[in-house]
Amino acid sequence: MQSFHKVTSIVTPLDKVNVDTDQIIPKQFLKLVQKSGFGKFLFFNWRYDENENKKSEFILNDSKYDDSHILVTGDNFGCGSSREHAVWALLDYGFSVIIAPSFADIFFSNCFKNGILPISLDQKMVEKLQQESDPVEIDLEKQTVKTSSEEIFFEIDPYQKKILLEGLDDIAQTFQYEDKISEFEQRSKIPSVL
Amino acid sequence: MNIVEKILARASGKSSVSPDDVIFANVDKVMIHDVSGPGVIKVFDKLKKQGISVDKLWDPTKVWVAEDHFVPSAEKVSAENIVKLSNFTKQYGIEKHFKYGMGQYGICHTLSHEEAMVMPGDVYVGGDSHTNTTGALGAFACGLGHTDVAYVLLNGKIWFKIPETMYFKINGKLPDHVMAKDLILKIIGDIGTDGGAYRTMQFGGSGIDEMSVESRLTMCNMTTEAGAKNGIVESDQKVVDYLTSRGATNVNLVKGDDDAEYSQIFEYEASEMEPIIAKPFSPENICIVREAPNVELDKSYIGSCTGAKYEDLEAVARILKGRTVKIRTEILPAAISIYKRAMENGLLKIFLDAGVTVGPPTCGACCGAHMGVLAKDEICISTTNRNFPGRMGHVESQTYLASPQVAAASAVTGKITDPRDLI
Repeated sequence: MQSFHKVTSIVTPLDKVNVDTDQIIPKQFLKLVQKSGFGKFLFFNWRYDENENKKSEFILNDSKYDDSHILVTGDNFGCGSSREHAVWALLDYGFSVIIAPSFADIFFSNCFKNGILPISLDQKMVEKLQQESDPVEIDLEKQTVKTSSEEIFFEIDPYQKKILLEGLDDIAQTFQYEDKISEFEQRSKIPSVL
Repeated sequence: MNIVEKILARASGKSSVSPDDVIFANVDKVMIHDVSGPGVIKVFDKLKKQGISVDKLWDPTKVWVAEDHFVPSAEKVSAENIVKLSNFTKQYGIEKHFKYGMGQYGICHTLSHEEAMVMPGDVYVGGDSHTNTTGALGAFACGLGHTDVAYVLLNGKIWFKIPETMYFKINGKLPDHVMAKDLILKIIGDIGTDGGAYRTMQFGGSGIDEMSVESRLTMCNMTTEAGAKNGIVESDQKVVDYLTSRGATNVNLVKGDDDAEYSQIFEYEASEMEPIIAKPFSPENICIVREAPNVELDKSYIGSCTGAKYEDLEAVARILKGRTVKIRTEILPAAISIYKRAMENGLLKIFLDAGVTVGPPTCGACCGAHMGVLAKDEICISTTNRNFPGRMGHVESQTYLASPQVAAASAVTGKITDPRDLI
């Protein structure tokens, strides 16, 4: 997993609430288990028409946003199916930060396993950011979102911050302590089943 | 402590826990299927590249595998995933692999109860969002992403933040022709698709005591659609009998303490409930069936972990007996064991006489995979759990979520129909 420190880019405003993982990556792509390349299927039904031509009205098809790494969207982003492909698709497409008033639980958790920083900000702030046309700087170390006019602090769990900064997912993180874990297992009194 | 707190305290070796505590819990059972399995294999490959050993699972006897989303394979990619999954279970010595074409198999969440894979008090995680279903047995059951499942497979543990619990007290008894699906759609309509976000939805009260185990499974299954971490019902003698009749031994009841605390309490009078549907394109977009839009349906789909358990099929048979369907109707029993009982008890004959196509157990068109997916502009009434755009096929198709009885009554008339108006 790539470590995450700082990102500066313009934001892509996606003004929708309850964006579910079926919309982020439709089911027909779940069968694919190649290492990468899910980005081209991101928001597939919104990006392409039946003949797989780009729909000009969808924001991701506006070349202005081609280099954007920050998606700013509505409440309950990532609801529905637990498919981790949704996070893989966003990351592969180029998004490393997602800002929304709230996130669905499994999706939120999946972000940290793959190096995406999900940031919850209040509704007003999110709406303001969606209007921002200048580049925005996200600094994970300082926990700030900096626009041309202000700097906003965001909350993040210290452990989740650490794994993003170090680029270690939970598994890699745990295996750093393999010796200690084995030692603990030997002594542990916690029964696995009661 | 309430039941969830008690289960998670036990699993983390603590004497007590409260909401927002972060704990590291021992997992009792973990499930993967033909979508999350290949996803986990991908994570394993990545770990191997980083030099992390993935030679052994924490405990292969606690892992079980379902083939459900894309089986029987319709094309070669799905077929290859099944081969991959089979190689995986062989390599790691996982014996509980329910393979299609080899006796019992079916939708993972259905197998969790049909095969008594999960016991009251267990911490059970699965690589699928509807893992919540199995909380109806009195277990802490929740879905995880692929990386988290891979972590559990290797370590047997996972961290949780103790969720707050929303308690839904259901009083009385549901009227005839009103099912658990109607009640849970009503609740989702009231609290919204994020109304349960990172919280437990616990169901209790005389209305739940009255309910069969399978109806409770429907309730917990749909907590996912409210964004809940998990759904749960305290186990009772019905659960013990249910699991014992499916081969389980030593089933223990697990209940919360008398002074258990809940973050919110909601009350519903079951006797006042009516058949309900969720209109496109969200499970929270509900209306009473008698006030439903007057649309010409193209299809009725009776399937999935939500709406194709034995009790669901029985309810459908009561409606379809002696009648014929007016629109394309499919019934896909959720597991072979259910299929077999439906055959033994004459349900299949009723379905076939009514003109229905009966398919094999599979998630099928519920997730838009295969077995009757929808074309552009097609309108379907379905016993499944989600109706997001494109969920069951073309992005411009429409799905109305309904109870098995409403889906059957609507199959007979071709319009969205309250079963009480049919009889």
